[in-house]
Amino acid sequence: MIINHPLLGPRDSAEFVYMGDAALIDRPDPDTASPEDWHDYAYLRDNPAGEHRELWFHEGGDRSWLVVTRNTVTHEISKVELARDVARARGRST
Amino acid sequence: MRYSGFKVIKEALTGHKGWQPAWRDPQPKSHYDIIIIGGGGHGLATAHYLASIYGETNVAVIEKGWIGGGNVGRNTTIIRSNYLLDGNEPFYEFSLKLWEGLEQDVNYNAMVSQRGIMNLIHSDAQRDAFIRRGNAMMLNGADAELLDEDQIRAEYPFLNFNDARFPIKGGLAQRRGGTVRHDAVAWGYARSADSRGVDIIQNCEVTGFRIENGTCLGVETSKGFIGAKRIGCAVAGNSGRVMGMAGMRLPIESHVLQAFVSEGLKPVLPGVITFGAGHFYVSQSDKGGLVFGGDLDGYNSYAQRGNLPVVEDVCEGGMAIMPMIGRARLLRMWGGIMDMSMDGSPIIDRTHIDGLYFNGGWCYGGFKATPASGYAFAHLLARDEPHETATAYRFDRFRTGHMIDEKGMGNQPNLH
Ligand SMILES: Cc1cc2nc3c(=O)[nH]c(=O)nc-3n(C[C@H](O)[C@H](O)[C@H](O)COP(=O)(O)OP(=O)(O)OC[C@H]3O[C@@H](n4cnc5c(N)ncnc54)[C@H](O)[C@@H]3O)c2cc1C
Repeated sequence: MIINHPLLGPRDSAEFVYMGDAALIDRPDPDTASPEDWHDYAYLRDNPAGEHRELWFHEGGDRSWLVVTRNTVTHEISKVELARDVARARGRST
Repeated sequence: MRYSGFKVIKEALTGHKGWQPAWRDPQPKSHYDIIIIGGGGHGLATAHYLASIYGETNVAVIEKGWIGGGNVGRNTTIIRSNYLLDGNEPFYEFSLKLWEGLEQDVNYNAMVSQRGIMNLIHSDAQRDAFIRRGNAMMLNGADAELLDEDQIRAEYPFLNFNDARFPIKGGLAQRRGGTVRHDAVAWGYARSADSRGVDIIQNCEVTGFRIENGTCLGVETSKGFIGAKRIGCAVAGNSGRVMGMAGMRLPIESHVLQAFVSEGLKPVLPGVITFGAGHFYVSQSDKGGLVFGGDLDGYNSYAQRGNLPVVEDVCEGGMAIMPMIGRARLLRMWGGIMDMSMDGSPIIDRTHIDGLYFNGGWCYGGFKATPASGYAFAHLLARDEPHETATAYRFDRFRTGHMIDEKGMGNQPNLH
């Protein structure tokens, strides 16, 4: 698979490390979250067959985190964003 | 019809006209006592033990494709019970014992071959870890044997002992481990269950559940609604998809794992070998092909095919311990979808929906588990309580902190 890095252009997926569902960006608020919230966040996944937004880390490159939108049935990648931008757009400060 | 040596000879002399289909091809009834979703190894084993041990014969196995077309027919066929943790080892040892009697039990030649498995050791730390594991195995009644370099040289002289980076320093052997003809496991269980009255319904996809007031009443399928008192889901890599239809999110991700077979060779490899410094395992099939594999591709996938970086990685692993493998040509490779759980261990449990039960999270080690998984799931479906060897395989272990994490990797499914 080729991941079209927003800053570096097309890169081989072998340069990256895979983390999982991009929902991991939405970490529960430590001040208000219940144990149940943490359980769901840490352990449960949507695991869809089809479009999946997921976190990839460019370990063998510029060490940026990306949110890649990829189809889990065809492996086709339709969108690549910087995770930083996605997190900020969702209201995270860092 | 019982299979026997006598029957084979008789048929050979009479033009093979007396063989019959090994199982029927029934239409679904409107209602069963128990429905099992998924005609893989685990679903079919569940049906066999339900009928033979628990006396439940009003049972259907519903399979969307053909039985044996999923992971049970795609794996590298290794069986073993060399686990470390208490939640796992008694279960896998129970499974190995069931393998040892399987062919008599189901009257089917599954080519169970206890040719032994050897996990290679490359460092002092690894030797310590393997000694600990071997002791844990023996405490649970399994066999384990620590070998030094010379003993391994005597058995496997062609291995790369003096590799500068990963020299072979010893190994942990389980002589009762080995390989089994994977398709025959599905067929043998199917034939046995069918002969006891279980309906095996192929080309019938479950497309939804009928759930009213917290109770599951049956399944919607491509052949219409089928009712049941209890429904067990055993769909391996499709667990997330199917349980999603019941509104459940699981502690599971689906990942692709590849396997490889070389051209047929004369016998070179007596047992199963695993590389301790990378991820590579290899055995030789009775047809002569070297059957081998390695790591997951590492990203969520429902495509039953992988990508080239892992092909390279697996072949590097092979070259590192067994350089002569480079002379063999690769004949075939394929992928299967693994139900990778959050701690690398499976789940056999009820759900919060009455009448709906789940079996999954087998990661890439579910083939060896097939008999015990079927037995334990049958027990759960028949008695509504966990089998004694599967008491740790509950959904709530992630809530209560009782994870069974053999590798200590945490909730990162692609690392288990
Ligand atoms: C490449 C590879 C190598 C492996 N090597 C080993 C090994 O060496 N040792 C080992 O122990 N394990 C190994 N495994 C793992 C093992 O194969 C699996 O864990 C095990 O087979 C899963 O259980 P199963 O046989 O029931 O799954 P499957 O055979 O996949 O059965 C599940 C069935 O459910 C059906 N299904 C799915 N959705 C629906 C639906 N909606 N309606 C009806 N039916 C449905 C599917 O069609 C499928 O037939 C390997 C797996 C792979 C892919």
